[in-house]
Order: sequence, then structure tokens, then C-alpha cells
Amino acid sequence: MNMQIKPILIALRRHKAGTFLIALQIALTLAIVCNALFIIHQRLANLSERSGVDEANVFVIQNQWAGDRTQQQIDAQMQADVLALRQLPGVRDAAPISGGYPLRGGGWDNFVTMTPDQVKPTTDSAVYLGDEHLLDTLGLRLIAGRNFRSDEVHGMGTEQVIIPPVVIVSKALAERLFPDGSALGKSFYAMGSTPSTIIGIVDLLHRQGASQWDKAHAGQSLIWPARLDDVAGTFYVVRAKPGQLAAAMREAPKALYAQSRMRIIDPKDGIQDYAEIRHRVFDSDRGMAILMGIISAVLLAITAAGIVGLTSFWVGQRRKQIGVRRALGATRHDILSYFLTENLLIGIAGVAVGTVLAIGINLWMVTRFEMDRMSMAYVGVGVIVLLLLGQGSVLAPALRASRVSPVEATRSV
Amino acid sequence: MFAYYLELGLRSLRRNPALTALMVMAIGFGVAASMTTYSVFRAVSGNPIPDKSAQLFTPLIDNWGPQQNNQGEPPDALDYVDATALMRAHEAKRQTLLYQVQMSVMPGGNRDLPLAANGYAVYGDFFPMFEVPFQYGSGWSTQDDKARSADVVISDELNQKLFGGVDSVGRTINLNGHDYRVVGVTRHWNPKPRFFDLFNTGGFKDASDFYMPYTRALDLKMRSVGSNSCRGKITYTTWEDFLQSNCVWVTAWVELDNPAAVARYRHFLESYAADQQKAGRFAWAPNVRLHDVMQWLDFRQVVPPESRISLLVALGFFVICLVNTIGLLLAKFMRRAGEIGVRRALGASRREIYTQYLIEAGTVGLAGGVLGLLLTAAGVAGVGVLFPPQIAKLAHLDFSLVGLTLLVAILATVLAAFYPAWRAAHVQPAWQLKSN
Repeated sequence: MNMQIKPILIALRRHKAGTFLIALQIALTLAIVCNALFIIHQRLANLSERSGVDEANVFVIQNQWAGDRTQQQIDAQMQADVLALRQLPGVRDAAPISGGYPLRGGGWDNFVTMTPDQVKPTTDSAVYLGDEHLLDTLGLRLIAGRNFRSDEVHGMGTEQVIIPPVVIVSKALAERLFPDGSALGKSFYAMGSTPSTIIGIVDLLHRQGASQWDKAHAGQSLIWPARLDDVAGTFYVVRAKPGQLAAAMREAPKALYAQSRMRIIDPKDGIQDYAEIRHRVFDSDRGMAILMGIISAVLLAITAAGIVGLTSFWVGQRRKQIGVRRALGATRHDILSYFLTENLLIGIAGVAVGTVLAIGINLWMVTRFEMDRMSMAYVGVGVIVLLLLGQGSVLAPALRASRVSPVEATRSV
Repeated sequence: MFAYYLELGLRSLRRNPALTALMVMAIGFGVAASMTTYSVFRAVSGNPIPDKSAQLFTPLIDNWGPQQNNQGEPPDALDYVDATALMRAHEAKRQTLLYQVQMSVMPGGNRDLPLAANGYAVYGDFFPMFEVPFQYGSGWSTQDDKARSADVVISDELNQKLFGGVDSVGRTINLNGHDYRVVGVTRHWNPKPRFFDLFNTGGFKDASDFYMPYTRALDLKMRSVGSNSCRGKITYTTWEDFLQSNCVWVTAWVELDNPAAVARYRHFLESYAADQQKAGRFAWAPNVRLHDVMQWLDFRQVVPPESRISLLVALGFFVICLVNTIGLLLAKFMRRAGEIGVRRALGASRREIYTQYLIEAGTVGLAGGVLGLLLTAAGVAGVGVLFPPQIAKLAHLDFSLVGLTLLVAILATVLAAFYPAWRAAHVQPAWQLKSN
């Protein structure tokens, strides 16, 4: 094998253009496929983010109020509405939720400070407002402390922000604020002049959004015991009994309209289960993963086909020389390994340049699109894939070359 | 001669069907990926108001200060106090404030359920400034703004739902329990991106249903249903407190016709902020911005990174397809070295060989373009799988995209053929004749 490298290199010098083109194609393919794989992996990781919600059984109703209601009327209507929802046969529990709901795609968040006079915030937390039924309705797991009591839940006007004295936080927020694990019973400030004391900690509660800002504060959420009496409307979350999601989703709007018809529940997307919610919030992630997947697959196929095409041409061009070599005693195996080695050499040159390009593109994307650094494992996988792809594509033309009969040497001279 | 070379080219395509198919597919896939992602990029990166984008400006004032603002940049909207001051100063030719409102159209006629309606609270200048097209009637006047009239401009879609599409100017509709007089009905109007409201939207939303006077909305204490962003302590407990808070929720736009007017307005903003500092409301030096439409679209990064990344990756993919094509064309042309030798020996000039092979490449490009067109059509139809619905539905296959697809395919292939054709033209006739 080693014996052959020098003659191969000399022969390649006579095919500079073809060699250069294959190497270039391998380099560019490696650069793009590595980055595409990296994007796919990252996006798929987003898709599988856990929300903490019992997604199989929970759905959300977007309820817009119609007409002119006072804050007191809205508060009374919200309480009547959730009572009606809780009485439905297929429903386990229901609660109003404001500030958005987990994975909604955006909502209320507040800065958090440890002291009232602190200017620079310690961190940021998603804010949810709900009553004592919210934990059970979402299916959140309380890992420390207690749930809200009904006497702690009050109506709150939209222009009348009264920071509640008690709060339930997610484990991520608790650990961010009190890294020593002593969060329960401690207090903090969420843009108010009065503190909120942590009475409970839930294991996991996703923020409303999935943006860069949300990622920087991943999983940091808090719940205030309040019904937000928003004149615009409110969300209701409903947890169906196992297996009764579809029935509960059908019955819920009927129950609400029976309470009052002066409301708007969009017939198209006013009621959504978590499958739809998850689909919507991550649709650009899923789309990117699909697009990058398609492009990578087609790219590898085209590169392979290109190698097959050019190598076939070379084999065709060199039939006579191959015949001569065969006549002079070269075995079929020698010819086969000649073409495989030739491709391997071109491939190595290609992946060497491609590695530099791949890293360069990633670094550029880091600065331009706030992406993360790519792990070298992607490049490693890409290099192996492309070298194998090259060897695989060259196999058929090389086998054809190895079957060239020594007689060819005598033809057409 | 061109027709003859074209015929030769087409005939040669049939000679090595596998190689040809490979090239056509490479060009087809490459151009289709680029064009599909470009159709999305084109839709999201366009200028929504080309003839006026350089005359419309959104002013920003830093009311949060260096410790709490967006890393040196003022917040992306105004608080009520600053917005009101800009409106009162009336320093531009036209000006409007705006924020998102949501109301319900009460049941009536054959509807027994209320209807959701999304709109904006705006000033009368909004309509001429943004060139809102009217089907019936018009916007309202500055006097109506001052009179805080219960006027409303509705969209053709809402007019269709409520009045069956007839001229409804002068009729009354009931929104959230209050009567409003219809003064105008717009034609379908939904600029994309929605440059005038990038604070509340990503730029892409369904068309608005109505526009009502800002002054009237404030009288009714209508809260913005869009974003509301605050700093420090949120201590307000009444509507009046809320209006005096540092929460930003109002967007302002001004129309300035020439550079002198822009400079004057900038100066006015600076001196307004300086006055606030003197008055003790701001504890920091003036920090103001005046973005025109395109600067604002750029600043708010309206083009989703996904759209840019996919366009770039698709273009990279196309480049690889072209590199592939260069290699294959080289193989295809050099395979016919003997034939070229004969033609050269019979008196064909290098130039003629060169032209012939470029035209042959052009036919490959054309075939690739046709395949690319079919794939692009499929891609644009299926773009909903790749992008969020609000963005995906903007992509469409129109005459210019069809033309561009074919043109790019042919040009790119001919460009890729320069080197292989050059090699073909430099085939030594003597050499080829000898060895045959």
C-alpha cells in the first residue's frame, strides 16, 4: 500500500483540476454537514425540553371577555367559570392562569432582587398568577413546602400590582437565588417594594417562552397566588382525567358559554392541548432540523454521485494504462487498492481543509447568530462519514477498473 | 449557429444519460433549495413601504438610564409621559402614537356571539403617514383627535363580517359596549413586516380589524394588550399611577421630509431629554434615537435568524452542487476530446469550440432550472413544515421567482462551464488524431 502512494501522487498531478474539484467538494460538504448536524442536534434538544406540566392530560382555554365589565365582575365570573369547569365529569381540576402558560411562547417575567434597593437584578423569573388549584391542574410536583391556601389568593387589577407576600418558585429559581439549598422560608423581591416569602418549591416549571432570553434563565419561574382580573381576558388551564382529554376539551367551552355568553373563545385555536402548544412553540426549531436534515442528506448523495462520476471518467481515461499495468503483472487487487488509496488521499486533503472551514463557519455563526460553539465530535463524525462516503463511492468504478483485461494494453496502439 | 449548437447540446445530453441526470439533479436541487429559502427570506426582509421608508422615523428616549436600559440602548418604546410630550410638541410634519388594543364586537344582526377584534389606538395622522388605502370614507381629522371622538376605521374583512361588504361609513358599531361611528373602511392592508409595531409583534401577524382614536382609548382607560416593559419597582395601583410610571408601551412615529427636518427633530429630542434631566426626571445625559423604517427593521432583527441561516446553508449547498457540476462537465467534455480534435483539425476555431460547449452547458442549466422550478414549487408549497405559519404563508411562487430560478440555474451552470469549456477548447488536435 505504502509503495503506491508516490506513483498515485505523481498521477494526480496530471489531473490537477479533477483532484482539486473532488477535494473542494469534500471540504465544503464537510463544512456544511458538520454545522447542519450541530444545528439539528441543538434544535432537537429544544424540542425535547421538559415543561413540568402533565402534558398528556392538560389543555388551555384562551378566554377573551366581551363587553364592558368591572374588575369585580370579572373576578366573580372567573371564580364561577373555574367552578363550572371543575364540575365537568371528565375534568380532574381547573384553574385560571395569567402571565401566560408554560410553552405559550412569551409572557410575563420580572426581574428578581435580594434586597429592595438593589438596582442590578440578581436574575429574571417568569411570572405566573393562579389560585390554589394551579399546582394540581398543571400537574406540578411540589418537592418542598406547601401549596397556597385559598385565603392567600386574591383578585388583582392590571393597573394595581400588589406583590403577594407568599410565592411558590421552581427549583431552578430557588437554586439560583439560594445556591446552598435553603430557599424554603426565605424571601426575595420581584420588582416590588415588599418581599415575597417562598412557601413552596416545585420540581420543574418551564417558562412561557423558548427565546434566547428564556434560555439564559431556563426553568426560572414563580407563581403568585392571584387571579389577574384583566379586562382583556384570561387563560384557563384544565387537567382532564386520564383518557378523557378529548371529551373534556369538547365539554369545557359549552360549560363556559352556559355560565355567560359574553366571552370569546376562538373556534380555531381558542382551546389547545399541549401537543398543539408544544408544536407551535417549537415549530421553527423543528423546521430548522428538518431543513438541515434534508440538505445534509441530499448534499452527501450529490457528493457521492460526483465522486462516482469523476472516478468513472478517470477509469475510462486510463483503461489503457490499467491494461498495461495488468499485463506487467499487477493483480486486480492492486488496481482496486490504487483507486481506493487515490480517493483516500484526496479525501484526507479535503477533510483537512473542510475541518478548518467547518470550525470557521461555526465561529462566524457564534458571533453572528448567538449560536453555541460546536463540539469537535461533530467534526470527527463528519470526517469519518465523508472518508467512508468517498471510499464507498469509489468502490464501483474501482471494481470496474480492476476488471479491465490486460488485453486492453494491446488495443488501438 | 446558436440553434445548431443548441441542438448538438441537447443531443449530447442524451448521450450519457447518467452523467447528465446527475448534473441536472445537482443543479435542480441546488437551485431549488436556494430559491425556496430565498422566497422566505425575500418575504421577511422586504421594504414594507418603499416610497416612504426614508421619511418615517420612530423616536426613542432613554427613560430607564444607563443602569437599567438595554445595554446602552433606550427602551424600544416610550412611556406615556414622553409619548404625550412628543405629541404635544408637534415638531414633525405628521406624527402619531399607537398601541395595541383588543375589543369585542357585540352580538347583533344574525350573530348571537360576540366577535373578537384586534386593532390599534392611533392618531388621525396614522392613515396618511402610512398610506393606508381606503375602500370607503377616510381616516379622521386632528380635530376629531382633540374632540376624542368615538370614531372608528374598520378593515374590509371586518366590514365584510359586519355589513356584508357594503359602504358602512356613517353606520354604528358596538365595541365592548360602546358605540362607535364608522368613518372609513380600509382596503386589505397588512404591511409585512408590520414595521410600525415591532415592539408588540415580531413583524408578522394577521391584518388588524380596526383603528380607533388614541385619545378616545385613553379616556376609556384601555390598556395595551401588547407588551409592557418596566424597570425598578412596579408600585402603581391606579390607572393614573400607571401612566406616570416608567413602563414603556407606546410607539411613536413621525414623518420628516428632508435631512434638515430630520436634523431639527433629532435636536428637538436631545433638548427634550436635556430638559427632563434639568427638571430632575432623568438623572442621566440625553440618550435618544431616531430610527427610520429600514434601520428599525434591522435593529429589531425582524428577519428571523432561522431564515438567514437556512438561506446561507442553501446557498452553500448550491455552491457545492456547482463544484460538482464543474467536475462532471469536465469529465463529460474531455471524454469527447477525440471529437473536438477532429473538429479543430477541420478548421473550427477555439472560440467556436468554446461557444459550443458553453451552450451545451446552458442546456444542462436549462434542464436543471426546469427541475429546480418543479422542486421550488414543491418547496414553497411545503414551506409550512419548515417555518412558523405566519412566516411560511408569506412565501409564494410568483413570476419573478420563476424567472429568477431559471436564470440562476442557467447562469450558474454556464459559469461553472467556463473552465471545462476552456479545457475542451485547448485540446490539441494533432494529439487526438494521432492516438485514434
